Order: sequence, then C-alpha cells, then structure tokens
Amino acid sequence: MVLILKKRILEYGKGLAIIVIFLLMWEGAALVIQNNYILPPLGEIFAVLLHPFEPVLGGETLIENTCVSLKEVITGFLIAAALAIPSGLLIGWSPAVRTYFNPVIQTLRPVPPIAWMPFAIAWFGIGLNSVLFIIVTGAFFPILINTVDGVNGIRRRWIEVSEMLHATQYEQIRTVVVPGASPVIWTGLRVSFGVAWMCVVAAEMLPGTSAGLGFLIMYAYNLGQLQVIGAGMIIIGVIGLGADTLFRAGQTRFFSWQGKE
Amino acid sequence: MMDPVLTLEKITKAFADNGEVCPALAGISFDVRAHEIVCIMGPSGCGKSTLLRIIGGLEQADSGTVHEEQGNGRGSLSAAMVFQDHALFPWLSIYENIVYGLRLSAQKLPEDEMKQRAEALLALTHLDAFKHSLPHQLSGGMKQRVSVARALAIKPDILLMDEPFSALDTFTRRELEDEVLRIRQEMKTTILLVTHNPEEAVYLADRIVILSPRPSVVAAILPVVLPQPRDPANSEFIRIREQVTRLVQGKPDLVQQ
Repeated sequence: MVLILKKRILEYGKGLAIIVIFLLMWEGAALVIQNNYILPPLGEIFAVLLHPFEPVLGGETLIENTCVSLKEVITGFLIAAALAIPSGLLIGWSPAVRTYFNPVIQTLRPVPPIAWMPFAIAWFGIGLNSVLFIIVTGAFFPILINTVDGVNGIRRRWIEVSEMLHATQYEQIRTVVVPGASPVIWTGLRVSFGVAWMCVVAAEMLPGTSAGLGFLIMYAYNLGQLQVIGAGMIIIGVIGLGADTLFRAGQTRFFSWQGKE
Repeated sequence: MMDPVLTLEKITKAFADNGEVCPALAGISFDVRAHEIVCIMGPSGCGKSTLLRIIGGLEQADSGTVHEEQGNGRGSLSAAMVFQDHALFPWLSIYENIVYGLRLSAQKLPEDEMKQRAEALLALTHLDAFKHSLPHQLSGGMKQRVSVARALAIKPDILLMDEPFSALDTFTRRELEDEVLRIRQEMKTTILLVTHNPEEAVYLADRIVILSPRPSVVAAILPVVLPQPRDPANSEFIRIREQVTRLVQGKPDLVQQ
C-alpha cells in the first residue's frame, strides 16, 4: 500500500518536473527576449491568474469568462450526448439504418466544426445559439462513432442469452446493449468533452461574442496583452485536465469489468 | 415410462456456403422424456450445436417439427441454454446475473419471490459467498455454475447445455457433472446436453443420441442402464464408453451386446 503510494508520488513528481522545467525555460527565454509582445514573463501571467475576481482589460472577470465558457461547453456537450447516444444505439443495432446513414456520417465527420460558422450565424444569428451549434457539431461525432462501435462490439452471446430468456427487443436494448456498450460510449463522451472545449474557444473568437475564454483571448490579442492570453490558455488546460481526470475516475469506478470476463 | 417433453421430427437444416447449399441436419428425429438426461454426441461439425439452437429457438429449422408436449401456458416449451463460454453479463453481480431472466417481462417475479428463488439457487450451486462479486472475480468452474443457476432460475421445462464443461479442467469438470446430477435429482429438471466427451456422456446420460457425420441423421440411440452414481473405472462403464466412441467414429460396432 505504502509502496503503491510511493510509486504514485514518484510518477506525479516526474510529470511535475517536466512542467517546472518548461516554466523555467519560458521564464529564461522571456528574460533574454525582454519583449512582452513575444513572450510575457510568467510573473505577469500569474498576476492575471491570481486576481480571478477583478475585471480583465476593463471587461468581465476571469471567473465570469470561465463560467460563460464552461456553461456553453456543458450545455453543448449535453445536447450532443442526448442526440448522439440514441442515434448511435439505433445505427449500431440496425444494419438497415446503418446502410442509410453511414455515408452521410462519414462525409460530415471530417468537416471541422468551425467551418460551419457562416451557416451557424445565418441560421441562428450572432451569439449563444451559434456557439452552441458549433459545440454540438464538434461533440456529436465522437459520441456517435463510439456508441456505434460500442454496440457493434457487444458479444453476440449476450444477446442470445437474453433472447433465450425471452427478452423483448426493448429489453434486449435496455439490459444488454446499453450496459454492454457503455464503457465505449463513456470513452466517446470523454473524447467529445475535449473537442467541445476546443470548439467553444474557437467559436468565441468569432465576431458577435462578448464573453468567454475564447473571446478573452481574442480580445487580449487585439490589445496586445499576451499575458492575458497565457492565463486563458492555462485555465483551459487545467479545466481540460480536471475533466479528463473525472472521466478516467468514472471509467475505473463503473467499468472495471471491461475486457475481463 | 415418462411422457416425452420434447419430440423432434425430421428436423432438417442447411446452410448457404459461398452460394452453395450445404446440408447440415438431414432429418433428425428423437424424443426427450421428463426428468431424463439425454446426451447428444457426434463427430465435430455434425450440427449438434445447431440442433440445440433450433430447439432453443435461436435458429429456425428448414423443415420438421419440434413438438413440445408440456408447455407452461405460453403455448411453447420454456427452454434455457447454458453455453460453452459461460456468457455471463460482466457488468452484473452474480446475484443479478442469476435473476436476470426473472426481471424480464416474460417471467417477471415479485421482488421477494425472486430473492427466495435466487437464494435457493445460490445454495444449490454453492455460490452464496459470491453473490455480490462480479463474474471476472470467479474461477472458470464457478462462472459456469452461475450460468447454470441463471438458466435454472426461470424454471425451464428443459435445460439445454452446449458443451458446457469442455473449457474446464478434468477435476472441475467432474465436480460440475456431479452437480448436474444433483440438480436433476433435486429439481427434476429435464436436460439435453451436447458433448464431445464419451466419458461425460456415459457418466451423465440416461440415453445417448449419436449423430452421423454431416449431413447428419441419428446413427444410434444408446440407453445407459448403469445405476447412479456411476464409476468410470467400472468395466461395464468402460465397455459402453468404448462403444460410444466407436459409434461416433462411425466404425462398426465390434462390441456386440
């Protein structure tokens, strides 16, 4: 037990060491360059991070901007999940449905979500709805693809067992397909949450938004305040790491059975 | 003589193989009587498993009939299958795996009745201590016992077993064979079991149905009249076992009765 803990601390320590080295290099380079428009010193970046409740560049506070983005990400992510999981179950379960929808999915999937922006603005106007549309477009496909894969990966035997015990189609889906595919769906959700973050930042950089981390980064860029950009990037990175850790914890907590029988 | 629970009449089944029709079962007829253990044997690829799947309703026969004399009110025989690979649901606890069938609308039981039946099965299969475990925490033999308990939970008219113990080691196998005999004794279950092991067949069966190579027909039906429990070292046991082996191999039956 103590050994395991020791090993853990050692592992985290190694990861942390690299981050520290990276920061030192940054700081060293900043001292040499002496130009805030190329490489702002760490001190100025942390100065922004350490005052999360003060207005940044005469606008919203760091916390407010973060909350705006988080809310958009979570809303878009939930909408995407609500659309993608049932569609994925249907497409995975029925070969006929797959035949119809596979080509359109494979064609739309590689399109970068941000390319939809002009259409989004034309359809939903400038503002929240357009941003949400971009997030949903980005987050939808990883969940969909993983749900389909999850359903296809279900062992035929499990279905036969439930058939043998007279499960109805609906019961087969509820008691075998959904739980059997859930670890893979979970992976899809994890990937998709990361994509949602990238989308929100990109979408907020476009005209028509007035708050959010992406907006803040673009706004700071226009004013040449690179230390604010650095602070925004760190927040995005840390939240991304936190979300990924939560998803991983969920994976070990709920799906420890995966791959073992 | 007990009435038949199940009568097969001229069951045929062919598979399409690269556009060619490939007959597997060419008219299989036999019956299974109540509380009987019948073993099906035959050379590999003769369609033993297919036959079992047809009886279980997982596949349709091309022609012929499966008569079910003792339906349970649903108008069809209730059968439950134990597969070679236990096929447990890895996300459900042992208890939940066993009651799986009893939570389905087809044979839904009230919670307390379900609990009672599960407890009885857990006791019967010596799994009490593991009811909250997940399948991957159990050994191969224990998993197969859970699989048997899950099948028995719905009180099937007939228990179908498709090479249920062939993935297990010799000792575990014998343990489970004894358990099958005990279950038949206690629950009066009718059992139809596919095996490729002559010793297992002679150890368990009241009658052994031997299928010919593909396209298969019933080559012989051999009653095993030894009293239970049987001793595999007994000379009569060995004689029958060798006779079964020869019949499966399609060699002439040298040991005349």
